[in-house]
Amino acid sequence: MVQPLLQVSNLNAWYGESHVLHGVDMTVDEGETITILGRNGVGKTTTLRTIMGIIRERKGEIRFAGKDMLSVPLHRTAHAGLGFVPEERGIFSTLTVEENLMLPPVVAEGGMPLEEIYALFPNLKERRASPGTKLSGGEQQMLAIARILRTGVRLLILDEPTEGLAPVIVQRIGEVLKTLKARGMTVLLVEQNFRFASRIADRFYLMDHGKMVAEFPVGELPQRMDMLNKVLGV
Amino acid sequence: MTMIFGIPLQAFLGQLLIGLINGSFYALLSLGLAVIFGLLRVINFAHGAQYMLGAFVAMLLLQYFGINYWFALILAPLIVGLFGAIIERTMLSRLYDLDPLYGLLFTFGLALTIEGTFRYLYGSSGQPYTVPPQLAGGINLGFMFLPIYRGWVVVISLAACIGTWLLIEKTKLGAYLRAATENPVLVQAFGVNVPLLLTLTYGLGAALAAFAGVLAAPVYQVSPLMGSNIIIVVFAVVVVGGMGSIMGAILTGYMLGIAEGLTKVFYPEASNIVIFVIMAIVLLIRPAGLFGRDA
Repeated sequence: MVQPLLQVSNLNAWYGESHVLHGVDMTVDEGETITILGRNGVGKTTTLRTIMGIIRERKGEIRFAGKDMLSVPLHRTAHAGLGFVPEERGIFSTLTVEENLMLPPVVAEGGMPLEEIYALFPNLKERRASPGTKLSGGEQQMLAIARILRTGVRLLILDEPTEGLAPVIVQRIGEVLKTLKARGMTVLLVEQNFRFASRIADRFYLMDHGKMVAEFPVGELPQRMDMLNKVLGV
Repeated sequence: MTMIFGIPLQAFLGQLLIGLINGSFYALLSLGLAVIFGLLRVINFAHGAQYMLGAFVAMLLLQYFGINYWFALILAPLIVGLFGAIIERTMLSRLYDLDPLYGLLFTFGLALTIEGTFRYLYGSSGQPYTVPPQLAGGINLGFMFLPIYRGWVVVISLAACIGTWLLIEKTKLGAYLRAATENPVLVQAFGVNVPLLLTLTYGLGAALAAFAGVLAAPVYQVSPLMGSNIIIVVFAVVVVGGMGSIMGAILTGYMLGIAEGLTKVFYPEASNIVIFVIMAIVLLIRPAGLFGRDA
């Protein structure tokens, strides 16, 4: 059996006193697109931030490409091959679009060259000299994804990439993620937009009260709908 | 004699020049403070002491090793910058998780310790540092006499300010610095060693202060108290300019230096307080400072 690219076992995490993750188990295989579903406040964002190493109060196991990640300091996580696109997008207002794009250090070969990024996101090229936060919400999301693609990471971690965006932009982001998937990129995302997620994900995790309560491939989606509607409250 | 607003032109230009020189020091010092505050969120009360250290290191290098002004202008900032980096790494960095007040108190204590040590070793009175022979003498500009060294201070400070501004605004290192000022956690998650960046920044701020100190050595006297005399004014400059704004710190430094100089011409009695009056007015009208962003 092939070892998964990312293996999370019995992961617990805390924000100070409050215990937020209660034994998360999940795997992500090379080339897969995985979506974590769940209501607000069940620990989806926390799961991503804990895997990234932003939340340091954590116990359990996180292995990436076989390497134990718990002892890796935050500024070495990206070098191990993890790239992060935060929910708030994290575009820097004092940096131009191009400076934002060039900011994350290249951590491995095989990142997308700048010309290709500009071909995929022509808007960014047009506006490369403007301050990052002068872009529209959709463009900022594209920029947040684009700057990680340059770095050559193996796993792209996205926190609610479609939040607050117009349908046409959501569709565009879906296309971008499909393009990435075709290139062999592994993607782990948290998404509230269920229809969007069902178009791009290979496999789902359903999260509730700080742990994974179900796991199923995209093919099982139809027979799972009743259960999902109940848990997600849609 | 030519008069301007009822004042002899010579007196006017003379004070303008003094204002410009003081402004150069204000600009260099407030620039370092702004850089440190922007990234570390520490109000560096040791800045005056680091300025004083720069002047002392230059003087001691000359006394003990015969190292001249020109080498001291490079060596003293390096030595003080390294000292600052060590302080940050071993002590200041332990306080980042606490209330920002702790950083302020720590640097304040550090300043008192450094100043006290130098006062113990060298006494409170100032010691002269001679102007380097290449910059001795003056030029008669026709309307006034310009000591060459003072002209040099204005030019080289401006160059150092512009250089620092370019470093921060136009280089990759500067982009890291600006980004980490906005969101240090994310920049670190991208794979940038932010703790190292903080150490470098504090070292850079200390080095800028020391650079100003070496420049000041021949103008003022080298004394353990030279830092605490100037630092209060520099804090006022930073407040007027707006905390964390690089260009704001530079421009405000020169502006207030000139305002102080011109007040000496028109109403000498007010020259010592004019900067603080401006600070009070700015705080009332624009609490974020002239160039600061509203929080």
